[in-house]
Amino acid sequence: MRRRNVLPGLPLSLGVTLFYVGLIVVLPLAALVIKAASLGPADYWQIISSPRAVASYRVTVLSALGATVFNLFFGLALAWVLTRYRFPGRRIVDAMVDLPFALPTAVAGIALTALFANNGWFGSILGEFGIKVAYTQLGIMIAMCFTSIPFVVRTVQPVLEDLDPALEEAAQSLGGSDWEIFRKVILPLLTPALMAGVSLSFARSLGEFGAIIFIAGNQPMSTEITALLIFIRLEEYDYQAAAAIASVLLITAFVMLAITNWLQARALRYTVKG
Amino acid sequence: MKIRLENVVKTFETFRAVKDVSLDIESGELVALLGPSGSGKTTILRMVAGLEYSDGGHIYFGDQDATDIPVRDRGVGFVFQHYALFPHMTVADNIAFGMKVSKVKRDKAAIDARVTDLLRLVRLEGLGDRFAAQISGGQRQRVALARALAVDPKVLLLDEPFGALDANVRRDLRRWLREIHSELGITTLFVTHDQEEALDLADRVVILKDGRIVQQGTPQEVCRDPQSAFVMKFLGDANMIAAEVRDGRAYTGDVSVDAVGVADGKAELYARPADLDWSEQGPGIAATISRVLDRPDGRRVLAATGAGEALEFDVEPERQVRAGEAGFVTLRRAKVFAA
Repeated sequence: MRRRNVLPGLPLSLGVTLFYVGLIVVLPLAALVIKAASLGPADYWQIISSPRAVASYRVTVLSALGATVFNLFFGLALAWVLTRYRFPGRRIVDAMVDLPFALPTAVAGIALTALFANNGWFGSILGEFGIKVAYTQLGIMIAMCFTSIPFVVRTVQPVLEDLDPALEEAAQSLGGSDWEIFRKVILPLLTPALMAGVSLSFARSLGEFGAIIFIAGNQPMSTEITALLIFIRLEEYDYQAAAAIASVLLITAFVMLAITNWLQARALRYTVKG
Repeated sequence: MKIRLENVVKTFETFRAVKDVSLDIESGELVALLGPSGSGKTTILRMVAGLEYSDGGHIYFGDQDATDIPVRDRGVGFVFQHYALFPHMTVADNIAFGMKVSKVKRDKAAIDARVTDLLRLVRLEGLGDRFAAQISGGQRQRVALARALAVDPKVLLLDEPFGALDANVRRDLRRWLREIHSELGITTLFVTHDQEEALDLADRVVILKDGRIVQQGTPQEVCRDPQSAFVMKFLGDANMIAAEVRDGRAYTGDVSVDAVGVADGKAELYARPADLDWSEQGPGIAATISRVLDRPDGRRVLAATGAGEALEFDVEPERQVRAGEAGFVTLRRAKVFAA
């Protein structure tokens, strides 16, 4: 007798999901690869290694790294506060974490630019100290932080909520200091979720476009992100060059996700039964 | 290490969980805190551990006032109901954790040797490399005990240690914990809501109700001489029959029992199922059998008196009794408490 599932059986559900993945994910990516591949190796290399493209990779990757490191610490702290403390307005803060997801990124970009422009609320104060945010790499980083922090908070939060308080109490009764308990008990248990959140945050930052272009200044060679360069190539109807540069981003994202998956599997070894 | 609680009080929000509890635990004693849920037993245990601070009173470890010593410096071993093993560490690393974070520095060889010793003590040799998810519940609780013992605690505290385990495993672990206790002689306090477990394991049973100690003593003392109807009912199945006390004897129907020291007037008479006998002829308390439950070691009869009081008693496996039969109940012994 075959076991009855609540959801439709394997043939139908597998078919639907494969069709969906094919249509929405694989097909566009394949088109991208085919377009890029229609260039010869020499042309391809020349486009992706042009000084302007390389400069854009550097700006994008370094900004994304900076934003991700910031999100790692600040996202963890935010998740910690939201799960461990009860304070007035906690639910509002909790709801606001999702705002960057809900807001059109262009709106975020315009708001950030208004705030950080030289005559904006923050920009004018920071300007006193000689810190320029708008139209610099720092601005790119801030825009990336803004749009990608929910990834870290929302992946860490449920794990933190499920963490058995008895684990910390046990570690305390065994003589562990707060720092030792955090480092040896809590952090290792959060690591898989943190890595998942951080890799999503990094991937999102690599591809962010709308929030950045308003605040970045978009000077070729210094504040031009890769996504914008692709967009410029498209505007010029140079689809092959756009696809070539896009393929670099695609490969970077793939490699990074593969590495984090592997690290995550390693960190979760203890859950394997047997 | 001798432990003394002196007028300890704990209040949560508006709820008084522990009201003025004083208790002495002798060095090397194995004491059970027994009570229904909400009786404050776990709160008391957690205050002894330092996981909860008392709102009043003092807790002494030996001659030292430990009331305000934080848990990490108190030197207690705590075993949790759901084991609380660190899931990302192997069994051996779990046991070694306390030694690694200790202020007393030990070299790696000493820690490894101690872990091996403890694994042998809890009979888990060879499982040191497993993770908690890879061993059974009973094994996990033994790891938790080894981990607590690794730091040479002054006192061992166990919070419903066998509550999450199967009945058979529970019985084995109980006997085994008793052996470990005899071997190590460490002062041990454990919490349970299972009277059988408390009576099986403890040198002394402390029975709690609503945040107060209602009776304490050896298993023999509390079983043979319950001081209140609550203790009588809580320790095991008990039949309650309304009675009338006159001049030191309690009367109900044709039956009377000794009730020295109970004031004249209405009273409640309590008797264990084993204290009741069933016969077809009087004298006795007239009753009608409503149901017979067959059990491995005898037959449990549910009956009702003329006044509608429910009675339970056991008859020998060979005895033929059926629902609907009328007869008489006599009492071998009973406890009488003023109503």
